[in-house]
Amino acid sequence: MSTEENGFKSGSNLEKILRAGHFAFTGELGPPRGSNAEEVREKAKHLKGMVDAVNITDNQTAMVRMSSWAASLLIMQEGLEPNFQMVCRDRNRLAMQSDILGAYAHGIKNMLCLSGDHQKFGDHPQAKGVFDIDSMQLIGMVKKMRDESKFLGGADLEDAPKMFIGAAANPFADPFEWRVHRLAKKINAGVDFIQTQCIYNMDKFREFIKRANDMGLTEKVYILAGVTPMKSVGMAKYMKSKVPGMDVPDEVIKRLQGAEKGKVAAEGIKAACEQIEEFKEMKGVAGVHLMAIEWEHKVPEIAEQAKVLPRPQV
Amino acid sequence: MIVAKRKPFDQIKEMLKGHKKVLIAGCGTCVAVCLAGGEKEVDVLNAELDMARRLENKPLDTGTITVERQCDVEYLEPFDGIVKDYDAILSMACGVGIQFLAERFPGIPVYPAVDTTGMSANLAVGWYEERCRSCGECVLGMTGGICPVTMCAKGLYNGPCGGTNDGNCEISDDQPCAWFKIYERLATQDRLDSILSIKEPVSWNDQVPRTLVQPGYKKPEKAKNEQ
Repeated sequence: MSTEENGFKSGSNLEKILRAGHFAFTGELGPPRGSNAEEVREKAKHLKGMVDAVNITDNQTAMVRMSSWAASLLIMQEGLEPNFQMVCRDRNRLAMQSDILGAYAHGIKNMLCLSGDHQKFGDHPQAKGVFDIDSMQLIGMVKKMRDESKFLGGADLEDAPKMFIGAAANPFADPFEWRVHRLAKKINAGVDFIQTQCIYNMDKFREFIKRANDMGLTEKVYILAGVTPMKSVGMAKYMKSKVPGMDVPDEVIKRLQGAEKGKVAAEGIKAACEQIEEFKEMKGVAGVHLMAIEWEHKVPEIAEQAKVLPRPQV
Repeated sequence: MIVAKRKPFDQIKEMLKGHKKVLIAGCGTCVAVCLAGGEKEVDVLNAELDMARRLENKPLDTGTITVERQCDVEYLEPFDGIVKDYDAILSMACGVGIQFLAERFPGIPVYPAVDTTGMSANLAVGWYEERCRSCGECVLGMTGGICPVTMCAKGLYNGPCGGTNDGNCEISDDQPCAWFKIYERLATQDRLDSILSIKEPVSWNDQVPRTLVQPGYKKPEKAKNEQ
């Protein structure tokens, strides 16, 4: 059935899950620093049946990796639905639009529009950052292609790419007061779903969601709360001090430090599952985006423990 | 003003290695103010080159000249009579001035002695910060007088991104986040409305060489044709 007939914007599994009112559960997969398709397939196996869609990162932290659309195709072959990430750092508007058409031609139906980490962080700090358009403008461009069958430049395009449009939100970056307005801007630009930055400061997130609820924003967009289980005390300290825009309260670190020897990772997973339980009940939260960074094989255990299985069939 | 910094001496020396008579040309405006290529800097570089080439037993004949502006045809005449005595010119002007000299004297090489680094404000003697990228489509009215094209490391028109850290940019704790500052300034002026609406994709005006003829003026050749 075409998307026009059933009222879906894209007809992706993720869209159907959210529209049906199920609590969505998405995962993430970082493509390899090489051309080995098996590495992607191996990671994908752990996610099969565990999540509704899988974010495929786009040169994350500005390190060159297998392209996001190519890894997306590989996981589709494994029976998973990709959420194709696209950053503004590496492509101008021409390359972005052609990749969007190509991705959709191959059956990719979700995409996440991001600014991208600055190239200074990566393995090519000498690179020219493109940033021809920003994430807000990228959302608008995909919507224009999808809903108006027009390129950004105004010309007609044939067979519009019916993408389910996602974007990120970081409730923890400064200025906090502006973050909910920035979310509103992304909604006005045309975003369908939001995946948030990893959440550790629950008080601040509750306040953010409350404000989004008060402004009626959560009725206009599906918000998936970002969760990344801590593997170790070292990881927690690194996230706190080295990752821009990350808010890791001291209690989170103390809790991990208090775990018995050899059980820190289990404590991290337990804490993440407690968060997920709260998100299930939180007004305005439509699901969870689990970013188990280089920990894909743990996703089945986490999904089981978080009681999000089996995933609904829609 | 336009600011520049002198190239490393070894790089300058390398460029001149095949030359015996070099005219070192200073510029008396922007690069003089920013202590990179005015009369004083010409004298210093002259002395350095002289000494280095003597030590190599390859003495270099040099001459020096500093004009008001190398980027302005009005000030270039003093070069005309003397350039023939040299086999190269080493210009200490910004990229505009260097090219303008090269255009006037196409028969001999003109080398750059400085790297032009942008349009900056003079914060204290010797301290300059870039403030404008000459994008050709000024948004300072919308952004409270703070340029996101220059100051935001990603040049975002709809910031701030998710990397703002205690008011600083994700690239460095020493670099304030442009959009954090824009937010604060507009909040102070009760003008946050200005950034509530989406700034649509811009048309980049700096992708082709730009020419500007002010209203009421004409390019000389065009004016001549019409007479």
